[in-house]
Order: sequence, then C-alpha cells, then structure tokens
Amino acid sequence: MPIEVDGKTFETDEEGYLANINEWVPGVAGVMAAEDELELTDEHWDIINFLREYYEEYQIAPAVRVLTKAVGKKLGKDKGNSKYLYGLFPYGPGKQACRYAGLPKPTGCV
Amino acid sequence: MSDVKKFMYLNRRAPYGTIYAWESLEVILIGAAFDQEVSLMCMDDGVYQLVKGSDTSQSDMKNFMPTYRTLGDYGVRHMYVDKASLEARGLTQDDLIEVAWEDFETEEEVDNIVEIVDADQVAKLMAESEVVFS
Repeated sequence: MPIEVDGKTFETDEEGYLANINEWVPGVAGVMAAEDELELTDEHWDIINFLREYYEEYQIAPAVRVLTKAVGKKLGKDKGNSKYLYGLFPYGPGKQACRYAGLPKPTGCV
Repeated sequence: MSDVKKFMYLNRRAPYGTIYAWESLEVILIGAAFDQEVSLMCMDDGVYQLVKGSDTSQSDMKNFMPTYRTLGDYGVRHMYVDKASLEARGLTQDDLIEVAWEDFETEEEVDNIVEIVDADQVAKLMAESEVVFS
C-alpha cells in the first residue's frame, strides 16, 4: 500500500517496505511510525541512521544478530543487545527499523 | 551448541552475467546468520568475486562487491581462494578485497580472513567440511 508523506506518494511492497530506497526522506520513517502508533525518539533515529549507513557501505540490510553486534560496536555495549533494540522497535529491530529506514527486508530474516 | 555444522560454499562462477554468485552470497549470509560454521572457497572464475574495484554502473546488476566485506560481521571465519585459479588469471592477493573479522566478546581480531590456499589445502579443507555447497 503506498504511503503519503508531505503530499508526496511513496510506493511500497506488500509488506510495507519502500519500493525504491533512493526515494527515502526522513518523513517516511515518521509516517510509518505513526501508523504503528510509535513516537520516534533520538534513540530510534540513532538506529535508523545507523542502518542507512550500513546499507550505504555494504549494500545489504543486516540480519538482526549482526545489527545487534554492530550497534554495540558503534553506539556502545549498553545498546548492542536485543532487549534495548526490541524496546525501541517492538516488531523486531531488523524488520521494523529497516522498514522505517527505507531499506529492504533484511537478508536472512524469517 | 552441539548441532553446528561445518559448511563450505564453493563458488566457481564469475560474479556478474548470471545470478549464481549473488544467490550464493545470500545463502551464505543466511547460513551464517543461523550460527553455523561457514567458510567460502573461490575457485576458477569464482576468484573474480573477490577482486576489488568492480564497477557495474554499465550493467543492470547491483554492485554487491561491498557485501562480501560484511561476511566477517556475519561470523564467517575463512574466505579461501584457490592459488592456481588466481595465478591462471594473472591475479595476486593485492587484487583482492580484505575482510576483517572480530569477536565482540573476546575482542579477538583478524585483520583479513581472505586466504590463498594451494591444491593440497583445498582438498584437505573440503574433506574437513561436513556440507559443501557448489
């Protein structure tokens, strides 16, 4: 179902992931989060921005285990654990945060 | 965990032109994400998969070369390259990408897990693996 952000329409796939990663604007994350009744904080943005950088560098969305490890390395060990990440993204940090970041569904994610 | 198996992925095809290399890479990522002991062996034209500086802008394929560099993060410990295949194509280790590996718990680090092996080692490594995908 396409989503609308500031009057512009964005195509998504059947699971709600953005069809074209290059179209992404920060507003996309806001609209998607509002649909999930979630308010984005700086902590959420840290993860979203981290995922976009990861994709830029490696051309894939990381599996959640890899994301957890990499977040721990980049943002500190207190954040590199499932409890913290699931606290931020209750539908699963891999799936949900990648969706907000405009990335495809993570490889190896079931 | 007792049911960890040693998986080896044997890649013998050029990275672009067909979908084999990309599909293989996705399977490697999935296998590694499930905590299996995964290694990659590049032979024949498969060695081109690890040559750095590929440019796919003139083709319709996504440049997935950067994705090989994430294999260390996924817990892949060894990326082997067959020496004879490399030499037959006029390539050396300098032409290949480097992939780092690190264990976050023990802080053990390996700067580069890409390793060139000769025919005897190839045979030995394959025999040691429980599952070989090609």
